[in-house]
Amino acid sequence: MSEKEILLDVRDLCTVFQVGKRKTVTAVNGISFQVGAGEILGLVGESGCGKSVTSLSVMQLLKNTSGRVVSGQILLKGKDLLHCTEKEMRAVRGKEISMIFQEPMSSLNPSMRIEAQMVEAIRLHTDMDKKAARDHALTMMRKVGIANPETTIRSYPHQLSGGMSQRVMIAMAMSCDPTVLIADEPTTALDVTIQAQILQLMRQIRDNNNTGILLITHDLGVVAEMCSRVIVMYAGRIVEEAPVQELFAAPKHPYTQGLIASVPKLGSGVTSLPSIPGSVPDLSMMPAGCKFAPRCSKACDRCHQTEPPLYRLKDGRQSRCWLAESEAVQPAEEKEEQIG
Amino acid sequence: MSENNNSVNSASSAYMDDPVLQNRSRAREFFKKFCQRKTAVVAGCFIILLIVLAIIGPSIAPYDPDVYDYSNMRAAPSLQHLMGTDEFGRDVFSRLLAGTRLSLGSALAAVLVGAALGTILGILAGYYGGILESLVMRGSDVLFAMPDILLCIAIVAIIGPGLINVIIAVTVFTIPSFARVMRSATLTVRGSLHVEVARSLGCPDSRILWKHIFPGTVQAMIVNFTMRIGSAILAASSLSFLGFGADVGAPEWGAMLSSGRNFIGVADHLILFPGLLIFLTVLAFNLFGDGLRDTLDPKIK
Amino acid sequence: MGRYVVKRILSVIPLLFVISILIFAFIHLIPGDPVRKMLPKEATNEEYLALKEELGLNEPLPVQYLDYMKGIFQGDFGESYKNGLPIREILPDRMAATLKLTFAGIVWAVVLGTLIGILSAVKRGKFLDYLGMVIATSGISVPSFWLGLILIQIFAVELGWLPTGQLDSWKGYILPSLTLGCSIMGTLARYSRSSMLETLQDDYVRTARAKGQRESLVVLRHAFRNSLVQVVTVVGLQIGGLLAGSVLVETVFSIPGLGRLMVDSIEFRDYKVIQALLMFFAVEYITINLIVDLLYGVLNPKIRYD
Repeated sequence: MSEKEILLDVRDLCTVFQVGKRKTVTAVNGISFQVGAGEILGLVGESGCGKSVTSLSVMQLLKNTSGRVVSGQILLKGKDLLHCTEKEMRAVRGKEISMIFQEPMSSLNPSMRIEAQMVEAIRLHTDMDKKAARDHALTMMRKVGIANPETTIRSYPHQLSGGMSQRVMIAMAMSCDPTVLIADEPTTALDVTIQAQILQLMRQIRDNNNTGILLITHDLGVVAEMCSRVIVMYAGRIVEEAPVQELFAAPKHPYTQGLIASVPKLGSGVTSLPSIPGSVPDLSMMPAGCKFAPRCSKACDRCHQTEPPLYRLKDGRQSRCWLAESEAVQPAEEKEEQIG
Repeated sequence: MSENNNSVNSASSAYMDDPVLQNRSRAREFFKKFCQRKTAVVAGCFIILLIVLAIIGPSIAPYDPDVYDYSNMRAAPSLQHLMGTDEFGRDVFSRLLAGTRLSLGSALAAVLVGAALGTILGILAGYYGGILESLVMRGSDVLFAMPDILLCIAIVAIIGPGLINVIIAVTVFTIPSFARVMRSATLTVRGSLHVEVARSLGCPDSRILWKHIFPGTVQAMIVNFTMRIGSAILAASSLSFLGFGADVGAPEWGAMLSSGRNFIGVADHLILFPGLLIFLTVLAFNLFGDGLRDTLDPKIK
Repeated sequence: MGRYVVKRILSVIPLLFVISILIFAFIHLIPGDPVRKMLPKEATNEEYLALKEELGLNEPLPVQYLDYMKGIFQGDFGESYKNGLPIREILPDRMAATLKLTFAGIVWAVVLGTLIGILSAVKRGKFLDYLGMVIATSGISVPSFWLGLILIQIFAVELGWLPTGQLDSWKGYILPSLTLGCSIMGTLARYSRSSMLETLQDDYVRTARAKGQRESLVVLRHAFRNSLVQVVTVVGLQIGGLLAGSVLVETVFSIPGLGRLMVDSIEFRDYKVIQALLMFFAVEYITINLIVDLLYGVLNPKIRYD
C-alpha cells in the first residue's frame, strides 16, 4: 500500500447526529483509513455500525440530515474536503469521488429518462453539449456491458431490472472518470448471479482506470472476492484492519472472529453455525468499556471498564482489543479520552 | 419502548374485551403528547372559550343584542361599545356573543348528524362490502362530484332558505366525507387479527361491529370531525352571507357580515369583527384538528 | 397510454348519467308545487297552466327526462323565467367572466402554494417553514367573502391602488382572483410541503446530490418533479371548491359570472337556469378531474405504460 499513490486519506473522522434538543449520538468515532490508487478497500460491519455514515461524511451529504462531521480530516489527494466550500464540494462530487448505492432501482429518478439523468451527470462536470454528452453516455453504457444502450437510454428506471439499473448507476458514476468510487452495498439488493457480474464489472473498472474503490458491505464473501485490505467497523469504531488474506486466516479481534465463523463454509461438516449473541448496542446507550464486551465471549473485567486503543500490529494490521496488546508494535492512537 | 408497550396493550385488550385500564394510561399519554403542540393547545383553549360563550354568551353581553338605538348608529368602536354599533345602533360585541350560539351551534349540529349517519354508512359499507358498499361509495362519489358549498346552495335552492335548511344542507355534504373515511378505517381494522379471532369464536356481527370495529375507527372519526367543523362553519356562514341562511336580522356571524358589507368604507368595524371571528374560529378548529391528527397518527400528513 | 385514456373517459359516463338524472329530478325534489312557487301570489290559473306546460311538467317522467337530455345535447337548456331569454344566450358572457376569474385564481394558488410548500419543506423546522404554514392554514381558514371585503377595503378604498368592479382591464381581476385562490393556495402549500418532505428523503435525490448537482436544481428538478403528481391531484380535487368559491367571490366583487347568476336565480326561483348551471358545474368538475387523471399519466411514467 505504501508504494501506491494514496488518493483518499481519512483521518480521525467523527460524525455526530442530533437526536434531541441537546442530545447527540456519535455515529462515527475516530475513523481513519486510506484508499490508494487501484485499490479496493473493504469496509465491513453489521447494519448500523456507521459504514454508510462514513461514506456520506466523505461526500459531505449529511447536511440534509441531523448529522454533522465534528472533527477529523478528509484528504483527497492532499486537499482537505472538510475545508471546502459547498461550491468546491459540488465540483468534487461526481467528478473526483462518485458513489453508487444499495438500491439501484430507487436511486434513479423515476420521472426522468435514463438519458436525462446521465446527460445531467456528464454535463455538470464537462463542457460537452447535449449531443456529445449523450454519445458519451452511450459509450459509458457500452463499457459497463449494457447490450443495447440505444434502447436503455430512452427507458424510464421502472422499465429496467435491478442489475441493469445498477449498471446504469455505475456508468453514471464512472462517466466523469472519478479518482475514487464509493460503493455502498452495491450488490446487496441484487440476485446472486447479477451480484457476481456487477462485482466483476467493478474489478474491471479498477483495472482499466486505476480507480480507488471504497467498498462498503456486510457480506464477507464479497470482501474476500474483491478487496485487498479490509476495515472492520463496530459501533462507529474501527475494531480491526488487515490485508484480506491475513484477516480471514487469522482474525485478531473477537468480533471479526465471530463474523468469519458465522459464514458457512462448504464441506466443513459443521451442522450449526455459530452466531454472535446479542445485537449492536444503541448508539445513545453505549457500554462504558469496549463496545463489543457485552457480546464478547473472551471479555474480562478490564474490557468492561476501559475501552482498548486501536493497537498497531505487524504487517500493517490493527486491532482494538486488549488481547492484542502483547503483539502491539505501538498503540495506534492515544485518543482514549476523546473516544470515550 | 413506550410504543412497544402500547401495541402489546392494545392487542391484549382487544382479546379481553376490557380496554378500560389501558385506555386510561393511553389517554394520559396522548394528552401529554398533545400538550407539546402549543398551537393546537392554544386553538383548543379558544374552542373551549367559544363553547362557554355559546352557552353563557347572551347573559354576559353588555347590551341587549336586539335593541335598536337610533341615536347611536354605526358608531365606531369605543369604550362603551367595544366593537362599535351597527346600522340600527345595536352593539356589535353583544350581537357577536349572542351569535356564537347560532353559528357554532348550527355547524356543530350539522356535523354531528352528518358524522353519525356517515359513520354508520361507512362502517356498514366497510364491514359488509358487496352491494351496500358500492351503493354507499357511488352515492358519495355523486355527492363529491359537487363541490361542497355548491352542493349546499343546490340543496337550499331545492328546500328553500333558512337556518334549519342550511343545517340540513351542511349535514348532507358532511355525510360522504365520513362515509369514505370510516369505510377505509373499517377495512383496515377488519383485516386485523383480533377481528379474525373474534369472528372465529362465533361473535355475532353486531358485537364485532360495536366492540371490535368501532373502537378502532374512533381516531379517524375524531380527527375528521374536528376538521369538518371548520368547513361546516365556513359553509354555513357563506350561505348566510349570500342571504340563504339565517334571517337577516339574526345575529348570525355570516348574516351580520352580509348586512355590514353595505357599509364598506363607511363603518369598517361592521365587516372587520364578524369576519375576524369566523376566521379565528375556523382557524382554531383546523389547528386543533391538525394537532389531534399529528398526535394520533404522525404518519398521515 | 391510448388504452388508459379511453378507459378513463369511458368510466365517466355512468357518473354523468346519474348526475344528469339527479339534476333533472331537481325540479321534482322541490317540496310542494314548484310552479306555484315560481309564480307570484296573484297569478291566475291560466298563467299557472301555461308555465306548467312550458316547464314540460305535464308529460310522464321518462318522456320529460328524454326531452330534457335531448335539449341538452342540442345545446338547448330552455328559457330563463326571469327575463324570457334562452339560457344558452345568457351563459357565454357569464361563463367567460367566471372562467377568467377561476383561471387567474388557479394561477395564484399554484404559483404561491407550491412556492410556499417547497420553501417550507426545504427550510423544515426553521422560521420560514413556520411562517409558510401559518399563511397556508390561514388561507384555508379565512372566509373568502370576508377576505374579499378586507382586500377591497385596503387596496381599493384606503390605498386606491386597484379598482373593483371594473372588469375591462386585468387589474380588476387581481383582488377577486387572489381571494378565490387563497384557500387552494393554503391546501396546496400544505400538500406540496409534506410531499416534498417525502421526496427529499428519496434515494434518487441523494444520487442527484452525489452527482454534484446544485441544491436548487436537486430540489426543483428531482424532488419537486416527483412531488408534482400529488400536487396535481390536490389541484384537481380543489378546483371544484374554486367553482363554488366563485359564487361568493362574484357576489362580493359584483362580477357578472355564473356564480352570481346562480345566486340571483335562486332568489328568483328561476329553476331552469339553476338546473342548467348545476349541470354545467357538474360537467366542468368531472371534466377537470378527468384532465387531472390524464395529467397523472404524463407526470408519472409508470401509469402511462401499465
